[in-house]
Formats: sequence, structure tokens, C-alpha cells
Amino acid sequence: MNLLDDEKLKNILRQVEKPARYVGGEYNQVIKDKNQVDVRFAFCFPDTYEIGMSNLGVKILYGIINEMPGVWCERVFAPWGDMAEQMRREHIPIWALESGDPLEEFDIIAFSLGYEMAYTTVLDVLDLGGIPLHAADRPGLDHLVMAGGACCCNIEPMADFLDLCFLGEGEDMDREVIELYREAKREGWSKEQFLREASHIGGIYVPSLYDITYHEDGTVASITAKDGAPAKVRKRIVEDFENSYYPTRPIVPSTEIVHDRVSLEVFRGCIRGCRFCQAGQINRPVRSRSAEKLLALGRETLENTGYQELNLSSLSTSDYRELSALCDGLLDYCRPRGISLSLPSLRADNFSMDIMQRVQQVRKGGLTFAPEAGTQRLRDVINKNVTEDDLLESCRVAFSGGWNGVKLYFMLGLPTETDEDVLGIAELAQKVFWVWKKNAVNRSRGVRITVSTSEFIPKPHTPFQWEAQVSRDEYLRRVGLLSNALKQTRSITYNWHDAEMSLIEAALARGDRKMGRVIEEVWRTGGRLESWSEYFSLERWLTAFQTCGMDIDFYATRERPVDELMPWEHMDNGVTRRHLERERAAAYAGKLSPDCRKACMGCGAASLLKEGVCRG
Amino acid sequence: MDKLRLKFSKTGRAAYISHLDLIRTMQRVFSRAGVPLKYSEGFNPHAKISIILPLPVGTESQCEYMDFSLTEERALETLPDCLNPYMPEGLRAIEAYQAPRKGSELRWLRYEGVMRHGRDGAHYNEFFAQPELWVTRRGKKGERRDNIALGIGRAVFTDTPEGVSAELLLHALEPTVTPELLMAALGEAGPGYYAFTRKEAFLEDMTPFR
Repeated sequence: MNLLDDEKLKNILRQVEKPARYVGGEYNQVIKDKNQVDVRFAFCFPDTYEIGMSNLGVKILYGIINEMPGVWCERVFAPWGDMAEQMRREHIPIWALESGDPLEEFDIIAFSLGYEMAYTTVLDVLDLGGIPLHAADRPGLDHLVMAGGACCCNIEPMADFLDLCFLGEGEDMDREVIELYREAKREGWSKEQFLREASHIGGIYVPSLYDITYHEDGTVASITAKDGAPAKVRKRIVEDFENSYYPTRPIVPSTEIVHDRVSLEVFRGCIRGCRFCQAGQINRPVRSRSAEKLLALGRETLENTGYQELNLSSLSTSDYRELSALCDGLLDYCRPRGISLSLPSLRADNFSMDIMQRVQQVRKGGLTFAPEAGTQRLRDVINKNVTEDDLLESCRVAFSGGWNGVKLYFMLGLPTETDEDVLGIAELAQKVFWVWKKNAVNRSRGVRITVSTSEFIPKPHTPFQWEAQVSRDEYLRRVGLLSNALKQTRSITYNWHDAEMSLIEAALARGDRKMGRVIEEVWRTGGRLESWSEYFSLERWLTAFQTCGMDIDFYATRERPVDELMPWEHMDNGVTRRHLERERAAAYAGKLSPDCRKACMGCGAASLLKEGVCRG
Repeated sequence: MDKLRLKFSKTGRAAYISHLDLIRTMQRVFSRAGVPLKYSEGFNPHAKISIILPLPVGTESQCEYMDFSLTEERALETLPDCLNPYMPEGLRAIEAYQAPRKGSELRWLRYEGVMRHGRDGAHYNEFFAQPELWVTRRGKKGERRDNIALGIGRAVFTDTPEGVSAELLLHALEPTVTPELLMAALGEAGPGYYAFTRKEAFLEDMTPFR
């Protein structure tokens, strides 16, 4: 039943904002003949179309799954508030963009979970589709609800709602699960039988196959696997990244999205061991594509999409070994065609500045650096291998090269942070200003130096997973301190993110299964699309914690003893707990650890590769 | 090649593509098809294309017009066939030619449509035969009252088993009158559902616009 033909829906589409995001029909979307399809897969992104369509993971898995004969993967995004309200009023269930069919007609409903604030939206999408929220209330094989993405490294808060989770990179295990599902349907298995079998696929986590017990103080006492499920679920990775699937025919949205461009993934993982960074820890080991391969993929994708911008994506693009050759090759292709090249996440070093100058010959907007902390002492604690000299030298090159804006990103509330470290941010920004004064090409144009701070959020699977988050009041005090110190210079603007959302993120990131009730309560009282400030409400969360008899500080602001059993202890990302403990000790000793190329720290991720040797 | 015009249709799902998004989408269609649009000079180069009369989002059309220029010679007769494989669902190139006259000379548009869950054809015929039909519309300078009867060339409603079928001839520019405006004028007597399609465009003297 194609809901897009429904008169009621057509009336609504006339009234809502940006209706193009609800109707599909874009270039390169995949349409299949339903008579030739035996598994229907709804790929759900628990945020808006504009955000979800910008996600490279969505494009990769959409392509891979649709390459399977007999399987049709379609897209589902969360409607904006105006649309969701009308759908509920007119009793129109959520539909998939390709066929217009309601969610209920799908076999597998899989969510991409990249950030915790999307949790309530998962419940909302299920509810809009008329799918029971709790895994226990979905007895058959009809609507299996699954999730993958970074959040799966601790998905416990969502455990009650999900049948199955993917730990790590989905390229291979998605297909294996779908094949198993097909067999289960053909052979008439029960849901339990399917889930038991699925738990033997590498990387698959079936929450219902694990019993969790708690101590009286609320901490986890034991995690017990049952029915043959593995005691620890080991992350899956793509070993041969050079030849792994890359979507050279991605869907080209007919309406503007956040990252409206070709995104070329140069490598996975990160050689830097920043101690606060979850992505840097859970995506190890590093695996790259050759420049030659990337050039071919980039050209092909540009030709297939007609995009006018190409972005080199990775966690730290400066660390790509063949960056110089890749940029030259791409520029040769892009320049004559008016296609621009963008390089995010560059480090503040000479090499990166040289590349930047070659790439951005025309428009010179702002440059962004993330020193993360204001003093060398604290940068050593977090293992951010950037010195003040590096940063100032990069700024000098930038300003003398004609740039007239720099954005500087910092975190407040990092472990061991003192007021001196906070004020160090102001001093650093001031020094950047002096560098501009000395080196500006045209001083009359002025300079824009923007300092942004966000609150540090301790994340699972990082050396800081045991740390307490500072309280909101304390964060705001530090914001005030910094704000005061930055007032003197007019050219420096200070932006800070409020800590309201950070508090909830911290609680969810390190939450356990008991948190599921809070998430459900927040959704029941109206929470959805909460990564959007217009929809987020701290009050609603605090009330929900209270209603459920739970203490938010237990999760967010409590320092955990090193020997505490973490709720995610049965998730194995390759990096060992021992490594994390060592790194934490090094942090407190103010000791730097080398990056993977300088020396191997034996983090454990190499064991995910067949030969057991990581090439950095 | 300068001052070229593409006639195209915008139906089905493409009816929801907004004006600005349509320009961006068309630019990419040309780029995929390897047909080089002429770009403006400057810091932020953009393709020099313009769509003659923006279509309200949600309304379908068989007669949209886009003006553009190319950096190289191309056979215009085969251009639609070159472009069509690269269009998203619902957009279709019909004809490409040297624009014989300015887009601003387009005066009248003929629409066909269907209305359901409202009154019968006779009621609508009578309503739109009134010499004055004042509606409030929101423009750039805030709200204003307009007599849209001046912009209605013809409005014929016929009862059919599928609902009331409508044929409208509406003024395209100064004043701009759209089917949506007519439906709004009906107020409470308006249909529960309506759908209109632009069918043809005309000059002031009612000869076909090209």
C-alpha cells in the first residue's frame, strides 16, 4: 500500500515544511519489483532526512544490502515535528521513501545509532509505525528490530527494545544476518531460534541472551551469556578496506541536506590515541585505501552524482600517508570542472597547512583547529599531540596566506583540569590574535577568532571511561571564568555549548539496562528528535529519572572505581581493558603515548586482523 | 550557446521539489549528463539557469520552462534524450530550443484538476462567476487584499464519478493567480482534497508560449 498516493497524506504534504524529504524519488534510489523480493529491509535513521542522508554509513549499507538479489532495502527517516503531529492526527503510519509502504510491511527494521540523543527517536519511529516498542512484545519473525553504529559499543540502555545489534562495521555481518533470516523464514523457525543462531555470527549481539545482575548500590554484579551466546561479543571489521564496498552511485537528494557532497573515506580508525575520543578507540585498527583507488572512486562518484564538492573524510585526514599525491590527483580532475575539494579534521602542523593552501586557492574562509585544552600540561593528559608552537605556526602560515578567521575548539571539564588550564585557553587565543597582528596580509579587514567550548563527556571504551563528568554548575563556572578572560579582545568571540545535553549524553553513554525505563518515560512525555535544541528538554529527562526512581548522578558525575564491572564489559572492541587502564595511568602521570606509527602501544586491536599485524 | 530554453514536466514525487532545490537538482542533472552549463564568474560560481515561473510546491506541471546557457555547441533536438536518463523520478525534459521571446511574456496558464469531498460543480461554477473575489494574501510587503476575479480567465467545473473536474485559465503574472488561491477563496466550501496540473502556457494574445 503506497501511502504517498493517499489523499490525506497529499493534503498534509502541501502544508508541512520541506515536503521533498518525505517522498523519495531521488536520483539513484533503488526500486525493486516486490514480486521478486522475499526480504524487505527498512533502514531507519532516527533523525531527519537531512542528517541521515548525509551519513556515509547509510549510503554504504544501502548499497550493499540492495546488491543482494531478493532483498530490498529502503529508507525511513524521522519526520520533523509538524509532520509527525499531522501523521498522528490523521492516523497515517510512517512509510519507507522508496515504495511508500508502511513500516509494518517490513521484515527487518534496522536503526543506525550514531549518537545517544537519538534513542527516544527510535521509540518514536517504531510507534509511528505501529510496531511494539519492547522486544518481548514482538513474538514472531515479522518485525525484527535491530541496531548498528557507534552506540552499539554500549547499547545496554536500549537493550529492552532491540532484538539484535551489530558491533563494528556492518559490511559483512549485515548480509550474513539477512541470509540467516531468509533461512529462518523459509524453515519456519521461531524468533528465539533465529536469535540463538544469529548470536553465533561474529559481531552480533543479542541482548536477550544475556542476564545482568546488580549489586545493591546499583552497579553491575554479573553479565551472563546463555543459550550458547558468546561470553564476549567481538567487533567485526572490514579487513581488506582497499577493496571493500564504496557507494559510487549514492542517492542524490533533490532537497538540500547537511553534507550535500561526495564523501570519500580515505581510511578507517585513527593512529592518534586521544584519551577522550571514543571514535579513535573503537574504530581501530587503522586501514587505508590507496590514493590510486581513491582517485578512481572519487571520479566515478562525481560522475554518477553531479556533485560539485568532494570531501576527504576520516578521523584525521592529515595522517593519510598519500594525502599529498591524492590531493594533487583530485585537483587535476576537479579544478577544470569547477568542483571544490574540502578537507576537514586537519591537524595544526606544517604539512597540513601546505596541503590546505594548495587546495583552497580561491575562497579563504575560516580554518578550524581543535587543541581541545588550553595548556600543554592538560593536552599531555589527554594525549593530544599538538603543541602551542604547532598551533601558532599554523596560524602564522594561515594569516600570512590571506586567511582571516580561525575557529578554536576546546573541551571544558577534562580530567585534572584546573582554573589555570581554563585560563590557558584565553591566553592561547590571545597569542593567536598577536600572531595575526604580526602576520596579517591586510589588517584593515580585521580577524575573527572564535573560541568554542563543549563539556567533556566520558565515553565507554576510552581511557576516561571511569571518570566523573563535572557538574553542570561547575561547567558553567568555568565557562564564566573563560568568558571573563576573553572579554578584553574584541576580535575574539566565545561560544559555549550548554551542558544540559552533555549531562544526558553522559548518563546515556555509560548507562545500563535500567536506563531503558527512563528513555521510554522521556519518549512517553514527548521526547523525540532530541539532538535538536528546539526539541530537547532537560526538565523532561530529570523528571523521568525521578519518576523511575533513578539517580542521574550515579551515571554521569560519579567516578567509577577501576575494578567496577562496566555495563558494556561483554563488548569487545579489540582494544583491551588493560590498555585502557595503562592509558588512564599515563594520563594522570601527564605522560604522552606515541601514535601508532611511532611505536605500537599494544592496544590489542591488531588481533582483529588475520595476520595479527597492524600497519598503522 | 546562449538564451536556450528547456520545456519540462514536473509530476508525481518531483512535485514536492521546491524552487531553489529544483535549480540545484537541474544543475546536477546537466552535470551527470555531461552537458556543460555556463557558470557565472566570481568567488561563488553558480550555473546561470532560471526557471520562468515558480510552481507552487505540490502542484504538478506538464509545461515548466527553464532558461540556460551552455559553454559548447549541442544539438538541441536530442538534448532532452541526453538529459532524461539523469533526471530524478518525476522530472522529464520535453523540448529544448532557442528561446524566441522573454519569459516575462508568459501571461496565462491553463490548469486541469480534480476536487473531491466538497460541493458539486454547479456550486463552484457559480462561485467563481462572481465579479469580485477578495482574498488576503501574504506577499513581500506583508498582507494585502486582492480581487482574484481579475486574474481568472476561465473556471469550468464538471461533475464526474471521480469528483469535480476543473479546468482553469489563470493569469500568471501581475497579478499571479494560482489554483491554491482559488481553493483558499472557497474557504469553508472548499474541497477536502484537490490536485491540479499545469497543462499549457500562453502569451497575452492567447497564442501558445514557447
